[in-house]
Amino acid sequence: MSYRIPGRGRVDHADPVRFTFDGKSLKGLRGDTLASALLANGIHLVGRSFKYHRPRGIVTAGSDDPNALVETSRDSGRFEPNTRATVQELRSGLAAESQNRFPTLEYDVGEVNNLLAPLFSAGFYYKTFMWPRNFWDKVYEPVIRRAAGLGRAPTEVDPDHYASRYAHVDVLVAGAGPAGIAAALAAARSGASVMLVDENSEIGGSLLSEPGVEIGGTPAWDWLADAAAELEALGVQVLPRTIAMGYYHQNMVGLCQRVTDHLDTVPANAPRERMWRVRAARVVLAQGAQEKPLVFDGNDRPGVMLAGAAQTFLNRFGVRVCDRGVVVTSHDSAYHAAFDLADAGAVIAAIVDTRSEIRDDLRSEARARGIEVLASHTVTGTKGRLRIKSVRVNPVASGRVLSPRTLFCDALLMSGGWTPALHLFSHTKGGLAWDAEAQTFLPDRKTENCEIAGAGRGLWGIGAALADGAKAGAEAAGALGREATTPEFDVTTDRAGTGRAHEELPTDRNPSRVRAFVDFQNDVTAKDIRLAVREGMRSIEHVKRYTTTGMATDQGKLSNINGLMIAADALGKTPPEVGLTTFRPPYTPTTFGAFAGYHRGAHFEVTRKTPIDPWAEAHGAVFEPVAQWRRARYFPQGEEDMDAAVERECRATRASVGIFDASTLGKIEVTGPDAVEFMNRVYTNPWTKLAPGKLRYGVLLGDDGYVRDDGVIGRISEHQFHVTTTTGGAARVLNTMEDYLQTEWPDLDVWLTSTTEQWAVVALNGPNARKVLEPLVEGLDISNAAFPMMSVADCTVAGLPARLFRLSFTGELGYEINVPARHGLALWEALMTAGAPHGITPYGTESMHLLRAEKGFIIVGQDTDGTVSPQDAGLGWALGSKKADFIGMRGLQRPDLVAKGRKQLVGLLTEDGAVKLEEGAQITAERDAPLPRAMIGHVTSSYRSPALGRSIAMALVKDGHDRMGEIVYIPMENEVIAARIASANFYDPDGGRAKA
Amino acid sequence: MTRFSAFALVKNALTGQKGWEAQWPDSQPKQEYDVVIVGAGGHGLGAAYYLAKEHGITNVAVVEKGWLGGGNTGRNTTIIRSNYLYDESARLYDHALDLWEGLSQELNYNVMFSRRGVLMLAHNVHDVQSFQRHVHANRLNGVDNKWLTPWEAKQFCPILNIDQDARYPVLGAALQRRAGTARHDAVAWGYARGAAARGVDIIQNCPVTAIRRDASGRVAGVETGRGFIRAKKVAVSAAGHTSVVMDSAGVRLPLESFPLQALVSEPVKPCMPCVVMSNAVHAYMSQSDKGELVIGSGTDQYTSYSQRGGLPLIEHTLAAICEIFPTVTRMRMLRKWGGTVDVTPDRSAILGKTPVPGLYVNCGWGTGGFKATPGAAHVLAWTVAKDEPHPINAPFTLERFTSGRLIDEAAAAAVAH
Amino acid sequence: MLLIHCPYCDETLPEAEFAYAGEAHVSRAAVPSEVTDEVWRDFLFYRSNVRGPHYERWRHVYGCGRFFNAVRDTVSDRFLTTYEAGAPKPALTDLEGQK
Repeated sequence: MSYRIPGRGRVDHADPVRFTFDGKSLKGLRGDTLASALLANGIHLVGRSFKYHRPRGIVTAGSDDPNALVETSRDSGRFEPNTRATVQELRSGLAAESQNRFPTLEYDVGEVNNLLAPLFSAGFYYKTFMWPRNFWDKVYEPVIRRAAGLGRAPTEVDPDHYASRYAHVDVLVAGAGPAGIAAALAAARSGASVMLVDENSEIGGSLLSEPGVEIGGTPAWDWLADAAAELEALGVQVLPRTIAMGYYHQNMVGLCQRVTDHLDTVPANAPRERMWRVRAARVVLAQGAQEKPLVFDGNDRPGVMLAGAAQTFLNRFGVRVCDRGVVVTSHDSAYHAAFDLADAGAVIAAIVDTRSEIRDDLRSEARARGIEVLASHTVTGTKGRLRIKSVRVNPVASGRVLSPRTLFCDALLMSGGWTPALHLFSHTKGGLAWDAEAQTFLPDRKTENCEIAGAGRGLWGIGAALADGAKAGAEAAGALGREATTPEFDVTTDRAGTGRAHEELPTDRNPSRVRAFVDFQNDVTAKDIRLAVREGMRSIEHVKRYTTTGMATDQGKLSNINGLMIAADALGKTPPEVGLTTFRPPYTPTTFGAFAGYHRGAHFEVTRKTPIDPWAEAHGAVFEPVAQWRRARYFPQGEEDMDAAVERECRATRASVGIFDASTLGKIEVTGPDAVEFMNRVYTNPWTKLAPGKLRYGVLLGDDGYVRDDGVIGRISEHQFHVTTTTGGAARVLNTMEDYLQTEWPDLDVWLTSTTEQWAVVALNGPNARKVLEPLVEGLDISNAAFPMMSVADCTVAGLPARLFRLSFTGELGYEINVPARHGLALWEALMTAGAPHGITPYGTESMHLLRAEKGFIIVGQDTDGTVSPQDAGLGWALGSKKADFIGMRGLQRPDLVAKGRKQLVGLLTEDGAVKLEEGAQITAERDAPLPRAMIGHVTSSYRSPALGRSIAMALVKDGHDRMGEIVYIPMENEVIAARIASANFYDPDGGRAKA
Repeated sequence: MTRFSAFALVKNALTGQKGWEAQWPDSQPKQEYDVVIVGAGGHGLGAAYYLAKEHGITNVAVVEKGWLGGGNTGRNTTIIRSNYLYDESARLYDHALDLWEGLSQELNYNVMFSRRGVLMLAHNVHDVQSFQRHVHANRLNGVDNKWLTPWEAKQFCPILNIDQDARYPVLGAALQRRAGTARHDAVAWGYARGAAARGVDIIQNCPVTAIRRDASGRVAGVETGRGFIRAKKVAVSAAGHTSVVMDSAGVRLPLESFPLQALVSEPVKPCMPCVVMSNAVHAYMSQSDKGELVIGSGTDQYTSYSQRGGLPLIEHTLAAICEIFPTVTRMRMLRKWGGTVDVTPDRSAILGKTPVPGLYVNCGWGTGGFKATPGAAHVLAWTVAKDEPHPINAPFTLERFTSGRLIDEAAAAAVAH
Repeated sequence: MLLIHCPYCDETLPEAEFAYAGEAHVSRAAVPSEVTDEVWRDFLFYRSNVRGPHYERWRHVYGCGRFFNAVRDTVSDRFLTTYEAGAPKPALTDLEGQK
């Protein structure tokens, strides 16, 4: 049967929408939420609770509902758990499934937990499951894990994408109820740029549930339409379906906007959600208040609902949630829900009020509708398995609970009063103050430029909200130096009210049998909270963590104040003495994908590519990520694996000529009158005597004395150095240089310029390198005599302006040709053509690593690790010992750096040259010993050397420089490998080939 | 102390839960103690427990400015592992791991130590070299750690993305099977209950404002919000707030405090059997017994005590999580929080004596303190009781910053804890 | 994300443009070889780590590239002031007065 009232609400009665719930096909209307559509079909039961698997129904009409969480799906990949039925707008074909039940929602075997509930008191799991010792993670935990959780995690990759956007506004208004709308109007009328956001599908907030109110003589919904039109005319950016989820430093607010979940079909290319980071000069928080449940035995039965929610379902969605309702309340607001439902044809069996004093007008309005009002009453129980059937109520006199009577009903509408929504304010670490009269926390000390308006600061009623919002909006605009007037609103038929807060309601029943729920989803009862206090949990944080109250998906929106009242009562303290747990972002659970935004897949992080990268890709290179770069690792031919390709590349380079893309090398231009002095202070080496046109290998330390970076540095002219750094270290080195230059030595006249991306660099290595290069060079004699090893000069190569380095990182005759980046590819291709007669062979980083290892050249970060001094690395020769200072010089003198027993870089040759060591393998002095073994070092680099026809390795070994020729051992999982310590300069030790 | 057991649960179920008593009393400070421990986190409470149990020193107070377990003990992502590179670290964390394995029984409090395995992902060649160095060093130190291929890693954690075309492909992983997670609050509560049962006073809501020294320079006691408490020995175990407290005793420490953020998703049915850490992209994830995905992030760049943290870091962390586990994009963040971690220059702890006689310090755990809890507590108690370091914490001195003998796990491996 | 005023650009810009660079006014000895190991240790490692107003350095790395100093309250993360490198250390009393 339908509970829809024809013509009523803001839904489109002419536009039916089909959907399914647990496989059953149902009909709702355009404008429904899934919850209102289910209720229109008479369905309250929507899920099972977390712990006891108790049947649960829809409790609220908003994003704070603890029970109405369902799995929803649209098509392949668009499946998600824990969708709030109260938020999800109905769309055609929406498929919803209830969660945490087996086999069906009506008959769930998990309900056995409910019978065992006395065993599952607060924190029970801390007290058992400890024996036998190995059973926790093998037996108990898997069982508990399967029982816990709500919906199922998605198993497919999400086909949707997510967007993100920045915005800057004068005034951001969070919440578009009457207070928020008034604030936005007031601020926008002053000319301020305003953004107004609301989590609902349309603006209006409480006005949507209060159509009877008149504002300035206009019915609420007409006024709302006018206001929306004016907001648009004023250029206010209105974002419905948008949750202000977090309030960050200096008025940055994170918003999450739902873009497609409400649409019947997903438009191509539309993001599912959009994350906004809004920087606002002023923020107005107008997020209203949340209704609290009352805490009594059986308050969790399907059909027990917040009174305000029933009012919203009726007025906004045209759904009468019951035929025969009972209202239980401690606040005036529930009377209006009762009256509206009665006027809509429901029977209201009684209004049960916990208070003794009831306003005369409410009494007389109830009387006029034939509704019995039971003042000074309590609720002591409910009945009905899958839906409430009756409620047990008792009068209370002088603190005594008298005899009960039973009221039959199909819904129980409750209101325990309202809690200001102060979550975002709390994100700012703003202070809260307890208002003893209103029995609630209100905003107090502010830390950000924000105003709080309306119900958020305890004001009740449409008129008060409008007035307060207008004032906040005008103040926000005024604070920005704008002339703002505060609009006034004349509100009639306003239904403001007051109420009181409670701990659990008094009862006449055996307390051990009473189950009055505080946190519905997590199944926390008032008894659990009192038990926690009895067990010594005296801080509200302890109570929360011990019982899990407030830790469900509503993050305590419904339960926090009730839990606090009960804990305070149990502790004999006032609520402010006990305090509130911290509200943490986000305001409502927010999609991971929305945070990730565009940073997915290839866009997760930028990929830097060299100008020669397209050639490498076209020629089948296998790439590796190095810092943010992708570099060609090797160039396989045919079916070659890496080892085969690398061996071929290395042999070809040593036999004839190899070509390598070295563009990722960091490059810094150091210029100025004091450039040489600066270099002297930054690098360990002496630079004064390096002549222009010459190169030198430079070592950079930290001030702690450890090696940070290295590279070949050219003196281009008296006052100009071309510095190269490691690929990963470029930005770090420049930052270090800038730091010392700007803050330690501001007197030095030096400029630093990053030129990493200005130069493309091609390395040419091999005995035929000169033969390939020479015909292409103009303006420079590159004969060995005229341009010897470690020279640099500007010239033209292949018609391109070039800076030519002669150096060798391979042990062969080598050049590095720098050309402006835009010419990099042209240079590469010219060299490939020129080298073709010599069988020029492109090689990647893997061969580069191998070739340098054959020469014992280090790679900072591989052969050093941040704890290695230059002496350890065998680079003591690079220290300018006559210099007064350089970065790290003092650090090198610290006791541990000059002590014996440091790990030093050496070569390592396995006794059996066919055996290659594993990089990272540990080295011991003895062949065999029991665990734990004393380790004297580790293998830093290891290769099969084509040139030597055997394996080679480099290693950091304790006192390694004094152990030349000694045998050490590398214990592997199934064998022990013996190796001899040797010089790491394995190939052409005299260096004649490079100088040829 | 009521002994916890299934039997006790049944008995109380039948008698209206009347048999449960306070797990620790709400103690008021006495005038004098043999030992005052500043900071009632897992480390401080644990040290009190071991002082009482193993050293017979029961005239002990643990003084806490807020509520016990409310600092980093209750704010971390509960990862427990011991596969550290250096001998010193491996011994310390493996000692902790040994204690974790029997902690529930030791404390008669289920701390839910779950040996579900911790998988550390290698995303580039450098990671591979570094992790293999760890695996080899761990093996020779008797610490469990195994190298897995990408395919083996996916077998272990089926929701892992091992697409080799990913921006940061998984090139392999180091797996410590014995590692896992525990229920963080229970650790603090279990130690508190055990210590209280042995006579230790746990004094909450009692901020220590200064450490006092006598004329000889020796520690004399602590000034607190509730007055002066005399003490023969004082041990400071106050994580991010250690600097401020130690400053008052004239002991400066090489510490900086940074904000660290973590978050959980809404609870879902089991979808992830283990812990996965990716240091290259700074993202860590496991699934709690309740079903929430527990996700750790990196630290913000600036020092802070605000326990707040910025949005960009969370965006980066979740982008990384969605890269490594592409099926979780439609999951939702339920709650995000911040902690304050104290970081030393070498990212290893300082645990031992200080230049002030009778004053001991345990700090600088950075993001790795939770996993060390029982081990750190155990050797801190030893150090305080005997006025000399246990061999395990002997290398973790303050002097190493002068000599340069650092224990620099991060420099050695570019690995966050 | 913090908003930071670059004293060189004279603009207030988002934290994403800046890099934190540690405590300010930590001076490197003019002649390092003459100082003790303890002095060098303090320079390398010892920071005030204050809870409250903290003198610190930032670099406008994705802007003008300059290093500058700031005073920021580490409890609230609020900047009290920023000033050019080399400028004298502002007294906290002056800053409290500004608030």
